[in-house]
Amino acid sequence: MKMTGAKAIVEILHREKVSIAFGIPGGVVIPLYDALYGDKQIKMVVTKHEQGAIHAADGYARSTGKTGVCIVTSGPGATNIVTGLATAYMDSVPIVALTGQVPTSIIGNDAFQEADTTGITRPVTKHNFIVKDPKELPIIMKKAFYIAHTGRPGPVVVDLPKDILTAEIDFDYPEKVTIPGYNPTIRGNPRQIKRIMETIKVARRPLIYAGGGIITSSASEELHKFVKITGIPVTLTLMGLGAFPATEPEFLGMLGMHGTKTANYAVHRCDLLIAIGSRFDDRITGKLSMFAPDARFIHIDIDPASISKNVVIDIPVVGDAKHILREMIQQAEKLDIQDWLTEIARWKKEHPLAYQNDGTLRPQYIVEQIDKVTDGNVIVTTEVGQNQMWTAQFFKFTRPRQLITSGGLGTMGYGLPAAIGAQFAHPNTLVFDIAGDGSIQMNIQEMATISQHNLPIKIAILNNGYLGMVRQWQEFFFGRRYSATCLRRDGRCPEECENPGENCPPYIPDFVKLAEAYSAVGMRIEKKSDVEGALHEAVKVKKPVLIEFIVNPEENVTPMVPAGAPLNKMISSKEDAQNFLLA
Amino acid sequence: MEREHTIALLVENKSGVLAHIAGLFSGRGFNIKELSVGETENPEYSRMTIVVQGDDQIVEQIKKQLNKFIDVIKVIDLTNIPSVHREIILIKVKAQPPRRQEIFQIVEVFKGKIVDISQSSLTIEVTGITEKIEAFVAILKPYGIQEIARTGRVSISRGMSKAGGLGNG
Repeated sequence: MKMTGAKAIVEILHREKVSIAFGIPGGVVIPLYDALYGDKQIKMVVTKHEQGAIHAADGYARSTGKTGVCIVTSGPGATNIVTGLATAYMDSVPIVALTGQVPTSIIGNDAFQEADTTGITRPVTKHNFIVKDPKELPIIMKKAFYIAHTGRPGPVVVDLPKDILTAEIDFDYPEKVTIPGYNPTIRGNPRQIKRIMETIKVARRPLIYAGGGIITSSASEELHKFVKITGIPVTLTLMGLGAFPATEPEFLGMLGMHGTKTANYAVHRCDLLIAIGSRFDDRITGKLSMFAPDARFIHIDIDPASISKNVVIDIPVVGDAKHILREMIQQAEKLDIQDWLTEIARWKKEHPLAYQNDGTLRPQYIVEQIDKVTDGNVIVTTEVGQNQMWTAQFFKFTRPRQLITSGGLGTMGYGLPAAIGAQFAHPNTLVFDIAGDGSIQMNIQEMATISQHNLPIKIAILNNGYLGMVRQWQEFFFGRRYSATCLRRDGRCPEECENPGENCPPYIPDFVKLAEAYSAVGMRIEKKSDVEGALHEAVKVKKPVLIEFIVNPEENVTPMVPAGAPLNKMISSKEDAQNFLLA
Repeated sequence: MEREHTIALLVENKSGVLAHIAGLFSGRGFNIKELSVGETENPEYSRMTIVVQGDDQIVEQIKKQLNKFIDVIKVIDLTNIPSVHREIILIKVKAQPPRRQEIFQIVEVFKGKIVDISQSSLTIEVTGITEKIEAFVAILKPYGIQEIARTGRVSISRGMSKAGGLGNG
């Protein structure tokens, strides 16, 4: 069948069962947008900024497990999605991003809106392609989708010169594709699995440390089953939250820099650490040489390059977590680890996550109330920083794909557009973006997209008037010198601010007015007693709602493992931090 | 342990692949000491030989990352595998007629070839392992070296050893 390249792409998107795409048109992709015009199967959501589009595609992908699609133009359109590609790459999210490119005849001529997109995106994508021959378009598109969602998923860019979109091609879309250099291992080596199980059986203090890989491979049920048989306690990474229900007794909370004391003590004390779909990131390990000093390490991961990258692994198994856990369940039995569980139970009792529960409006309380008011029937996206950590600590995630957050790259401005993708994917589920006043402003223009599509997204801004996480580090480690972190600061402030307080300039913008300007409902809550009522009201309204909570400005995320410290050296206050610095 | 590693790669023969691979090394602060690329018997694939200096564990990580690249079909570390290594050097040296005979003798000892001759210079081709090439350069130095071009080594495992072979993918 003969058709233009642009028509062929639309046909391919149909065959890949793509029902929604996010993007912004531009000069060279007009033919592609023309082919999409009026299409019944693909909803084209136009955002206000390309970064919003790629994060929305990412939020769609994370909340469904399907591949997100993003369509942007050449040059600035393509460079504007780079942060989103890096975000998706770090967190292994399947995305196919189609970028326009100037015609092949003028590539390299510094043409208008030309950028070397494949060159720029190479380090932040799983793979990228440029289509130089229209005949190759179908096979490249097939490869792009295949690579994006298989193995350890990730973003793939297909760069499309304008003449490829307008060329007539003989359309033939392959059912299958083989790529010689790409053959992800799915099934774990049975001998290695046997070794794992033998090692687990003799461990006295085993601990499971699971991550986003459980969610990617839909292995939550298997993990749950394995834990229920063996009785091994579980800690999760930020990316893993929801992979195992936070309400179960075996759950110790998140580990790492802002993990629970119980989880971090358990990691420090365990004699066998079973890592599944997690990658020993520096926010997890703290001081590497003192990470789990008494433990042997088992690592189950689909990516061979993750094994022994930071921590030398005793027994690695490469493969898909779901398959491997199923094999492990076959050989699993109840472990006699009562002493270990007693030790953990004592930590749990002695060191629960806590905050000062007084009359002050504190962010942790708001997170807890969102959980309570929605009864957990909600998809939560976050921005990055304190808002993200409080959400991770105080919201009890009970199912996979319930938390959508930028973990690896830590991209501020992620949560709002990601909520758009999640809400489109789940029109009947409540979607909450828990935000900080700093990061929400990095993609706040997408409020317009939300209102235009009448998405009933709820935005909870925990407004402390600071870039709060950096301010916290300044308070702890830089003598409370709040350089460049105060978001109220204006031209009248002294060079060095001595006394944040009553005389500070008013906050800009007025978020309530801003919400109204974007046709959303805006509320401002300053009293603790008003929180629950406001949330109930927000949930009831079938419209986008932005609630600005004026929270205690100098609230900190605790406990905290200072950068470079081992996991068992957690601090909870400025005084602890001083002692840490002096030690 | 920090030492020299010789890595052979079978890769897709297309644009961007070399940049991708070079980026992996530069991103980790590795300097590629030697690099050679050429088509294989199958024109869809190229073979690269890369020589780097580095810690064993970091090189191990780089090999894993290389394997992860979709355009990389196979990665072999020839460092610990019996292998044959060869490099070619073209060296232009000052040679006024009275001194030529001396140089001819040196070239003969190194089994080199004179590939160009002019009024005042000779261009010599020598093939061999790195040590031989370096010895040759050192010995010609006093005559006045005008220009050097080296290929970087190409390496292949000895015999029928499957372990070290890249085959044709």
